[in-house]
Amino acid sequence: MRYFVTIAYEPTVWSDASEEVQKTYHQAHLAFHDAVEQRAQLISGEALAGPETATTMRHVDGKPVLTDGPFAESAEIVGGFYLIEAANLDVMTSLCELLPSAYSLEIRPVIQIDGFDQN
Amino acid sequence: MQRAVEEAFRDQWGRLLALLVARYRRLDLAEDGLADAFEAAARHWAVDGPPDNPGAWLLTAARRRILDRLRAEAVAARKEPMLVVDESLRQEVQSTMADPGGLLSDERLRLVLLCAHPSLAPESASALSLRLVLGVPTAEVARLFLVSEATMAARLTRAKRKLAATGVPFAMAGGTALADRLEVVAAVIYLAFTTGYAPSTGEDLLRVETAGEAIRLARVVRDLAGSQPVIDALLALMLLQHSRRNARVSANRIVLLPDQDRSRWQHDEIVEALGLLEPHLAVEPSGAGRAYFLQALIAAEHAVAPTAGETHWERIEAHYEALEAHTQSPVVRLNRAVAAAELKGPDAGLALLEGLEEQLPRNHRLYAVRGELLDRAGDPAAAVAAYQIAIELCTNDAERSYLTERVASIS
Repeated sequence: MRYFVTIAYEPTVWSDASEEVQKTYHQAHLAFHDAVEQRAQLISGEALAGPETATTMRHVDGKPVLTDGPFAESAEIVGGFYLIEAANLDVMTSLCELLPSAYSLEIRPVIQIDGFDQN
Repeated sequence: MQRAVEEAFRDQWGRLLALLVARYRRLDLAEDGLADAFEAAARHWAVDGPPDNPGAWLLTAARRRILDRLRAEAVAARKEPMLVVDESLRQEVQSTMADPGGLLSDERLRLVLLCAHPSLAPESASALSLRLVLGVPTAEVARLFLVSEATMAARLTRAKRKLAATGVPFAMAGGTALADRLEVVAAVIYLAFTTGYAPSTGEDLLRVETAGEAIRLARVVRDLAGSQPVIDALLALMLLQHSRRNARVSANRIVLLPDQDRSRWQHDEIVEALGLLEPHLAVEPSGAGRAYFLQALIAAEHAVAPTAGETHWERIEAHYEALEAHTQSPVVRLNRAVAAAELKGPDAGLALLEGLEEQLPRNHRLYAVRGELLDRAGDPAAAVAAYQIAIELCTNDAERSYLTERVASIS
């Protein structure tokens, strides 16, 4: 199955982290990548710029309207994602255990939409 | 004839369901197909007599229903997500089905781990385990959890869909992963058990039934996973609490532990519980198992005391102290205060209650205990005041009438 993992954390987790702590975060990601290579397949994964760079588009009265900032204000911010092919949820969660413990991770399967097959 | 069906149901439901799930990878189909097969068995066996191999008969009947259903679905082009089942198990199941006498070693444990998967909400996992592992009918599960059948059916359907849609595998966990998962299984079982003892306004008889089902589930898990500290401790704790069921209520009124007729306790269950605890006394369980273990030791002290007056309160207080250190729970502190009062007098108990109101603001038991201890300490006015608050906060009819009588006896 293919899983989309949303990475979220308190804004201060990165900004207030010492160089030392940031290094442990990098190491955790490297360990995660190594394990994914062995036990699953990395489709893609990126880190995102901060929520202050977000632009949200909604349609109001049929017209697109842009607003500054993310969908919703919340204590945690989305900081990145992974898209991973793994055999099942237990494999996926055991891989995710390698990522920094300061993260909240939302793990969701990806689905095929009928009639929307680009291949 | 009905007995043959009941026996087959008790002995075979979980195993057959696990086989069907492994083969067809659809919880809903496996469940419906097997339920239909048991209905058919009740009709046919009454006329023709039970078959030589009831398990094989039921498996064949269930598979026929499932294949019919799959054919009908193909026409309707329905798409249900299928469970993740690894290839080796599917092949193993194929040959087991060809020769149903053969047994897979762990297919039922896979079913237990699936139903009690940590990705499900505990109350859903609890209901699903009763339904799928034990085969308790949905209407019955709904009754036990005090919700309507429609609500329970919807909850079970959502849980089954989630397991398939999120790729929770029908698989064994090994080593430390198994120990971790059994902690979740234990929590799921204990939730079913305490639903039975929750101080709601429900009928007491119902609580006894729910507790009985939870114990049955724990026994199944113990049979499958072997002696595991967390499961042994949990089963012992539940047996000890359950053993007092016939002495707990008399003429619709609650009978407190010291006043219970000890000859009405189920002594076979007490003996069984003590036997479960014994092997773990040398190396006490850690982690989640420790809380069940310490609570079971406390219940065991009550269970072995010939009379209330001969209770070993010093051991009970020590167990509560260890339990409080382990859980940091204010409810444990409250119970510890009761034990301390028995051991050292009411003032020792009252001292331990200091400051608990902040942590337990709506807890009627806190005020009931304080009232009791104040009365024993010779302060009836303060005792009545505490009891009045307890009566205001109490939602259980039987308990409230007990508290009202206590106030009347003081003043």
